[in-house]
Amino acid sequence: MTPRDFSRERRERVLRIALPIVVLLLMLALWEVIVRIENIPPYVLPGPSLIIRTLIDDWSLLWRSLLVTLTTTVEGFLLAAAGGVGLAVLFNQSRVLEYSLYPYAVILQVTPIVAIAPLLLIYLPQPLAVLACAWIVAFFPVLANTTLGLHSVDRNLAELFTLYGASRRQILWHLKLPSALPYILGGLRIAGGLSLIGAVVAEIAAGSAGAGSGLAYRIAESGYRLNIPRMFAALLLLSVAGIVIFYTLSLVNYLALRRWHESVLEREA
Amino acid sequence: MPAATTPHSAPPLLALRGVGKTFPNGTVALSGFDLDVRAGEFVSLVGPSGCGKSTALRIIAGLSEPSEGTVEWPSQGTAMTTPSDGTSRIGFVFQEPTLMPWSSVAKNVALPLTLKGRSGDKAAAPVAAALERVGLTKFADAFPRELSGGMRMRVSIARALVLEPQLLLMDEPFAALDEITRFKLNNDLLQLWQASGTTVVFVTHSVFESVYLSSRILIMTPRPGRIFTELAIDTPYPRDQYFRTSAEYGAFCRRASEALAQAMAGGDP
Repeated sequence: MTPRDFSRERRERVLRIALPIVVLLLMLALWEVIVRIENIPPYVLPGPSLIIRTLIDDWSLLWRSLLVTLTTTVEGFLLAAAGGVGLAVLFNQSRVLEYSLYPYAVILQVTPIVAIAPLLLIYLPQPLAVLACAWIVAFFPVLANTTLGLHSVDRNLAELFTLYGASRRQILWHLKLPSALPYILGGLRIAGGLSLIGAVVAEIAAGSAGAGSGLAYRIAESGYRLNIPRMFAALLLLSVAGIVIFYTLSLVNYLALRRWHESVLEREA
Repeated sequence: MPAATTPHSAPPLLALRGVGKTFPNGTVALSGFDLDVRAGEFVSLVGPSGCGKSTALRIIAGLSEPSEGTVEWPSQGTAMTTPSDGTSRIGFVFQEPTLMPWSSVAKNVALPLTLKGRSGDKAAAPVAAALERVGLTKFADAFPRELSGGMRMRVSIARALVLEPQLLLMDEPFAALDEITRFKLNNDLLQLWQASGTTVVFVTHSVFESVYLSSRILIMTPRPGRIFTELAIDTPYPRDQYFRTSAEYGAFCRRASEALAQAMAGGDP
């Protein structure tokens, strides 16, 4: 690679990071200017500066709410990961179990979570209902992806294991699960975002009736009180939480697969 | 019908008698297939694509059940189970390297040992020896993805040899490699075979490759596959590049090609 190519590649990389930031700053500036020139009241549309100020002023309240929502999300995610992978492995080992239970997993998935949440809130204490929502939406992609992965074993490798008299446990542990790993990680990446959505949906459904104090509950509550800047501040925190979850899981994916899987290998120049 | 067996004082290592294989879709891959493999020889099965060479190899390995006929190991009874001293009777090399992409070269080679419950320190010495034999000691920690096609095939051979099998089955192992690499691996394989004293059954569609490698060539008829005739290549080992360009080699190749043409035309040997 000549120095010229190198500098061009570098410029490209800088542009890829700088351009979205410039766009963001321009949009925020435009937003702020319009709000000020038109004199729009904050309960209709607060400007970005007010949202940031609200975020700082209400930080202790919002931070506590964020922690509540994040705890639910992480718990829902971990249960979904364990449940999804565990169920997929069980299905893989027993056809009877797969045939009996898989349709119900699909039904759980295709029924909109917004419609299930109010029902769960009737039968379960609120924190548990929220957790259940996070779990229901997040577990299916893990189950579906892991199932696909466990079936995507190289046929010749499977025969090699047979030839050497591998036990079912050895085949699962040394062959099927490693083959499925990229699929499992793909499912987990989707599940991370979905468990946040599930938690938020349940908190919103619980609404003002609920005793919860998660971020989505804050958004609903602030809406009733016409505290629009706080709604925006809470929304901003939710977005940031979603982004952090996504990139954390992407990093885990990269670290686990970087030496062998096509999806994360660097393209040769 | 010509018999592929020749009178011999010691019982053969392996004897197939009247083996037939009919697939569920009605395809008759093998019919009346007789084969004796004597300890220590290098025998090639040569025939056009789809003549049942691979099927025969899979039946010998126990990966496929014959529809009729018997597979016997006259010198040690018929049980396919592995002897208790930890050595295995059969090593198998597929057309593809068939490596686990998520494991290092050393772990791939150690797989047969791992599946027999010998891992860690107990596997280190045989794995190192097997890697040494194929000249990949320096690449023990590399991942398959980082190796060339020829090197991956060496790993596959090292893995097949790690249990010091009595019989090494190879299913067109070099078909996907370029000619330079193939010639090199041909030489290496002959050296390994001579050094280890194992028996090789080698499937190929290349007359030239089979003449160079084998002590005996079995020409097969297309569907249904059976042995058409056999050709002893009595040139002493070690063979090298001089043999490859000798008139003797050319004469053998001509005879083998003629026999193959007859087999495909359905004539008498």
